[in-house]
Amino acid sequence: MMCPADQQPDPQDPDTGAGADAGAGRLADTASFAALLEDSAEDLYESAPCGYLSTLMDGTVAKINTTLLDWLGLEREAVVGRMRFTDLLTVGGRLYHETHFAPLLRMQGELSGIALDVRRADGGRMPVLVSSAVKHGSTGEPLLIRTTLFDARERRAYEEELLRGRKAAEEARRQAEADRTRLQEALAVLQQSLLPDSLPAVPGVETAAHYHTASPDRLGGDFYDVFPVDGTRFAFFLGDVCGKGPQAAALTSLTRYTLRAAALHDPGPVAALTTLNKVLYERYSGSGDPRYCTAVYGTLEPDPATGRVAVHLAAGGHPPALVLRADGTAGYLPTPGGLLVGVVPGAHFTTASATLGPGDTLLLYTDGLTEARTGDDRTGLYGDEALLAFATGLAGRSPQAVVGALTGLLASFGDGLDDDTALLALGAPAHPAARPPRRGPA
Amino acid sequence: MDVTRRNNVTVTGDPQGPAVVLAHGFGCDQNMWRATVPALARDHRVVLFDYVGSGRSDPSAFSEKRYASLDGYARDAVEVCEALDLRDAVFVGHSVSAMIGVLAARTAPERIGALVMVAPSPRYLDDDGYRGGFSAADIDELLASLESNYLGWSAAMAPVIMGNPDRPELGDELRNSFCATDPDMARVFARTTFLSDSRDDLKSVRVPTLVLECTQDVIAPREVGAFVHAAIPGSTLVTLDATGHCPHLSAPEATNEAITTFLAGLR
Repeated sequence: MMCPADQQPDPQDPDTGAGADAGAGRLADTASFAALLEDSAEDLYESAPCGYLSTLMDGTVAKINTTLLDWLGLEREAVVGRMRFTDLLTVGGRLYHETHFAPLLRMQGELSGIALDVRRADGGRMPVLVSSAVKHGSTGEPLLIRTTLFDARERRAYEEELLRGRKAAEEARRQAEADRTRLQEALAVLQQSLLPDSLPAVPGVETAAHYHTASPDRLGGDFYDVFPVDGTRFAFFLGDVCGKGPQAAALTSLTRYTLRAAALHDPGPVAALTTLNKVLYERYSGSGDPRYCTAVYGTLEPDPATGRVAVHLAAGGHPPALVLRADGTAGYLPTPGGLLVGVVPGAHFTTASATLGPGDTLLLYTDGLTEARTGDDRTGLYGDEALLAFATGLAGRSPQAVVGALTGLLASFGDGLDDDTALLALGAPAHPAARPPRRGPA
Repeated sequence: MDVTRRNNVTVTGDPQGPAVVLAHGFGCDQNMWRATVPALARDHRVVLFDYVGSGRSDPSAFSEKRYASLDGYARDAVEVCEALDLRDAVFVGHSVSAMIGVLAARTAPERIGALVMVAPSPRYLDDDGYRGGFSAADIDELLASLESNYLGWSAAMAPVIMGNPDRPELGDELRNSFCATDPDMARVFARTTFLSDSRDDLKSVRVPTLVLECTQDVIAPREVGAFVHAAIPGSTLVTLDATGHCPHLSAPEATNEAITTFLAGLR
């Protein structure tokens, strides 16, 4: 719209050309004002860009505008006094009207933005947004209902698009959850192949174990086991395969069952590790993805007469075992020079032996424990010396108590413990129950 | 489980008077009875409640399985009667609640001594030789309407609607709250209501029964009212000069008069 006030030359001067322009502006302004006057309330009602409808309290249509009649494809005579508001709706919309719309309108006196569909004469339907208000008489009695309907075709199409999107997302979520449950069940079965559910009862020996997995799917690269090999001896092992997660777990499974099978053939520690070395080397050396492990393997031979337990073990590349004595001392059982298992053919393994007297405990662990990161900035490593000091404090206690205390230590590392960690403690009972009664001193 | 809390039970009127239980239908909640309560409260003990999933009931008590049949809603009604230890109460049920009342009276005959059925329908779908007024496609359309009209319900507002005393400042904003329901729960109630078939249950009614119908009701047309009346031996049928499905809102005086006359006849 032109705006005379914007004309720069002084509008006070009627002789300038600029003044004549201003006059033309006023003319145009007057014309648009006249056009507005032409727009009568009646014409606005009939041709408004929304539907207008007035009904009696029982729903009978008393007044309806041309816009709405055009949307419906109906003649005024067919509607006014002959149809009710609900007659204009789809059947489902009628149900909704009777169960929600009408009661709310009665209780609140007004209602806005309700999505309904109107039925058109050609059988089609048109989504609308409906607002209604009750007009009351001077004494407060309800007289009629005024209703406006807005064309909601575009909006409804958009809403349906959103609804479709939501349904698809919900379906995807349901599917993902079902998949997750299935995978967890499969994982649980696989996990059982990696570690014993519980350790077997070994006469004359107390056992305890703990396993911490750093992998969120609980598939670890550490392993341990205890099992009988003949009438008098039990075998045990504990180790750590390279890597973490599912690939490490596959190697763990192979390692565990190879050691168990090897022990059946020859329970000697060096023989068992040699067999494992051969199997891993042949399986992985040519694959371009060499895989190996560290392990301690040994045998336990309890003597029921004395309550002592003879231990013979061999290690390949594994941290030394600890022996915790009943007298409160502790020390490493060195196995230096043993090679990683599976790297070279004909690897050499180091042996060691010990005798556990009543109250003594042999502790095996993986380097998740000694290489846990410590300190506020997580730059230090826990280390062998700290472990020896800690173990000395536990010397004389039962395998269960030792593993319990170490489990607490692992928990105290928090996020400093970022590798799988296995613990296995084997002890001669301090007060063996199964031992035959000793004769008293003569 | 505290039933009075779960079902948002309200008790008003004369504590010594005979008990009248007012049960809302599908769509809104006990507020539907606001024009009925004053007429009955003078000499009755008036009990109002919301079915689980409606009004200000406890949403945590909702179970899709339990409320997939009208029996689940009837258990709500019976448990409300038990919680208040009502005997020979008059059960006034609107719409689907009229049929829920029939089931409740059969389960707990000692608690419910008479029925008032307001705009009842034992089956909404057309069937072989029976005209309920609706097809399965119509019900799907209703479900679509529920989907696109949340009517003031939203996850954020739900705790307020369900009666959260910690945030009274939100009370003024609760437009449409009488009919505000979690859409998922509303969908279950809608399905259970409109897909139910309780025609055979009408024969089991053994208590005095008043059937109220409207002259123009798209949900429960007059032939359905006549069917209910004919199926319940000894029932009384009153046709109210009212339009729509909620005569207790659109024609409260006539509705109240019909109910109070029936109640007076029971003494």
